[in-house]
Amino acid sequence: MLELRGIRKSFGRIEVLHGVDLHVRAGEVHALLGENGAGKSTLMKIVSGIIQPSDGQILIDGEPRSFATYDAAIAAGVGIVFQEFSLIPGLTAVENMFLAREMRGPLGLLDRKAMRVRAQAILRRLEVDLPLDVPIARLSVAEQQFVEIAKALSLDARILVLDEPTATLTPSETEHLFKVMRELRAAGVAIVFISHHLDEIFEICDRITVLRDGEYVGSTDVADVTIDRLVEMMVGRRIENSFPPKPARDPAAPVVLEAVEVQLRRGGPVSSFQLRAGEILGFAGLVGSGRTETVLSILGEYPAARCKIRVDGAEARLRDPADGLARGIGLLPESRKEQGLITAFSILQNVSVNNYGKYRQAHWFIDFKKELASTQAAMEQVRVKAQGPRARVDTLSGGNQQKVVIARWLNHQMRVLIFDEPTRGIDVGAKAEIYQLMRRFTAQGYAIIMISSELPEVIGMADRVCVFRSGGIVATVEGDAITSEGIMTHATTGKVHHVA
Amino acid sequence: MSHDANTARHRAFDWLLHSPLALPLVGLIVVSVLMAFASDNFFTVNNILNVLRQVSVVGILAVGMTFVILTGGIDLSVGAVMALAGTVAAGIMVNMGLPGGVGIAAALLVGLGLGLFNGVLVAWGKMPAIIVTLATMGIARGLGLIYSGGYPISGLPGWVSWFGVGRVGIMPVPVIIMIVVYALAWLLLQRTPFGRHVYAIGGNETAARLSGVRTRLVKLAVYAISGLTASLAAIVLTGRLMSGQPNAGVGFELDAIAAVVLGGTAIAGGRGLILGTLIGAVLLGILNNGLNLVGINPYMQDVIKGLIILLAIYIGREWR
Repeated sequence: MLELRGIRKSFGRIEVLHGVDLHVRAGEVHALLGENGAGKSTLMKIVSGIIQPSDGQILIDGEPRSFATYDAAIAAGVGIVFQEFSLIPGLTAVENMFLAREMRGPLGLLDRKAMRVRAQAILRRLEVDLPLDVPIARLSVAEQQFVEIAKALSLDARILVLDEPTATLTPSETEHLFKVMRELRAAGVAIVFISHHLDEIFEICDRITVLRDGEYVGSTDVADVTIDRLVEMMVGRRIENSFPPKPARDPAAPVVLEAVEVQLRRGGPVSSFQLRAGEILGFAGLVGSGRTETVLSILGEYPAARCKIRVDGAEARLRDPADGLARGIGLLPESRKEQGLITAFSILQNVSVNNYGKYRQAHWFIDFKKELASTQAAMEQVRVKAQGPRARVDTLSGGNQQKVVIARWLNHQMRVLIFDEPTRGIDVGAKAEIYQLMRRFTAQGYAIIMISSELPEVIGMADRVCVFRSGGIVATVEGDAITSEGIMTHATTGKVHHVA
Repeated sequence: MSHDANTARHRAFDWLLHSPLALPLVGLIVVSVLMAFASDNFFTVNNILNVLRQVSVVGILAVGMTFVILTGGIDLSVGAVMALAGTVAAGIMVNMGLPGGVGIAAALLVGLGLGLFNGVLVAWGKMPAIIVTLATMGIARGLGLIYSGGYPISGLPGWVSWFGVGRVGIMPVPVIIMIVVYALAWLLLQRTPFGRHVYAIGGNETAARLSGVRTRLVKLAVYAISGLTASLAAIVLTGRLMSGQPNAGVGFELDAIAAVVLGGTAIAGGRGLILGTLIGAVLLGILNNGLNLVGINPYMQDVIKGLIILLAIYIGREWR
């Protein structure tokens, strides 16, 4: 029914999809599988006309089609339910389903009755019962998702794309969704199902296509494949990055930070870990598995249900990152532009933002000479390449920007540095430099937590790895046990222990 | 020699392109020259001191407003807080017969207290500044009317007028107070850690907080400063009017915001200089004064001022 041939897509000079094929038949649930950044979402945006492919063909019922817009794709029978819903929270289910194509009565006024009848018919077909007269915001996530699906069906979608629909659902809600999917399948709808949970794929899907780094790896029937084989297809063999050698671990090194009990949301899993001086502790897992939220709760920046920690063996409670700074815990946030840098400011201002007050004259005032000197020293330490300390940070490359955020912590007595996706969006050379820096820091006695979605990076850098799944740590591995397959298996399969 | 001249010229050009002061200065010069052509009386020492005296109240309010806007916030309550502070000070001196020092201290406490109230609600209550300060504006205005029964409180001791119309040499006292406030604000903003944090919060509050800046305390402080400058403005105004007027200062918050924005401070925060605000306040004062000297209908003056503010913001937007 839906066939993609040799789809390529470039953003600027970077090609992110290198010729991907996908063949989805009527009446099947087809899983699209791959690691974070493998190109699944990009491919689905192409199918739904949101972005245009640079090369390749889209065929529907054997006919070549090209979608200039989202609306064109809808007209051709493609419906897509995104991870972030496109519903308007203040409107009701019926209003959302008929948004911008409202049914009208004779006077051009809204024909509420007709829309309601139609909405009910579709929801009955899905065997979903939900209130039609309250704003969407008051419905559960699962119910909102059903509204999205109903909306797609009201548009006569014959091809339905579900982008990680189960990520935020409870097990019973997921069961209901699967029931709906089976009914649609029986009705001849072709469903593309994106999920990271391999268990679910084996439960609901008929066929699987695997992508890796924008490459088409292969397609297979679910019946002909095992979990091990799938993980291998997703991970593959990769060119090794130049990681500095791991030093011998010192198991007697003092524990500088210990998470005794961290529970992100009530009823979710409870995690604990220990971080020792001189080690790099990797946080692996899928996007949304709770890695970032866990470190932010420790810093008092995320409202976790429970967060009990010890710093240097003593119980501590950090109310905000300023408390973290005082206790020697610093953060390199996930998003440089949104959370790391003050983009319109200079390197000097960005590095010294948490440093003012350290160098003073006449007690009240900043000693700008010392401030400048310390910034220059920090810039040299991490090797920021720039015209000078007064260059604006938004003129720097991604790698140099990242170094500026790191430099911010070097004028303090830090013990723990938390690197959240330290090499995202920076080039290979800069990556290698960041890796060298991290090892230099650990040699100086810093303890590092590294959150990373890139498996080779986790394997190449981390001394121990905590694997996250569904909001908590499901396994901690070290030494030779740190393998792509091991981490992927923990991150995608198995039960999560929920605590009330 | 010519090389030096070139770099000097290059530097001047660079400064013009990048300093937030450049546009306000150009505006000030253009308006002054126009006024000088329109009226022979404009460029006299007396008239200039007169303009400065007239802008002193809004000028002082605009100092606190600059701190708040630099963090990306806004304070709509300053006019009403000023009126309340002046009314309370007058009431304490006249009705309760307490010494003048107590009245002035009470005025300062009223401003500081309401400023802290705003700051707590914005920083800890996580409410939008525009709504919080709008509510405080209503509360302060209402309290002033209740306290005074709706009538001006007059009969103040004669020395109070010194703050409004007194002179030291040829310098009017309100102008001296204004200049001192600006100098202190400059020191705070440019020379202390607190000032740099104000800019950092306006530049990117999340980044500032995640790097360990106590953003809530800084935000509390800027609203407190805005309350304090409203009190100082109240003391000057009370001295000029020689009475506590519960209805004074209606719309002054808008003039203060206009002065800050005309002075080149970004309304989203993070960028701007206190000297720019002084220029902006003076620019507004010259417009008022000049349009009067030329004899333009006062209703028309408001229209012209509004259009000039729009034009200035439009050019400033293109300038970046």
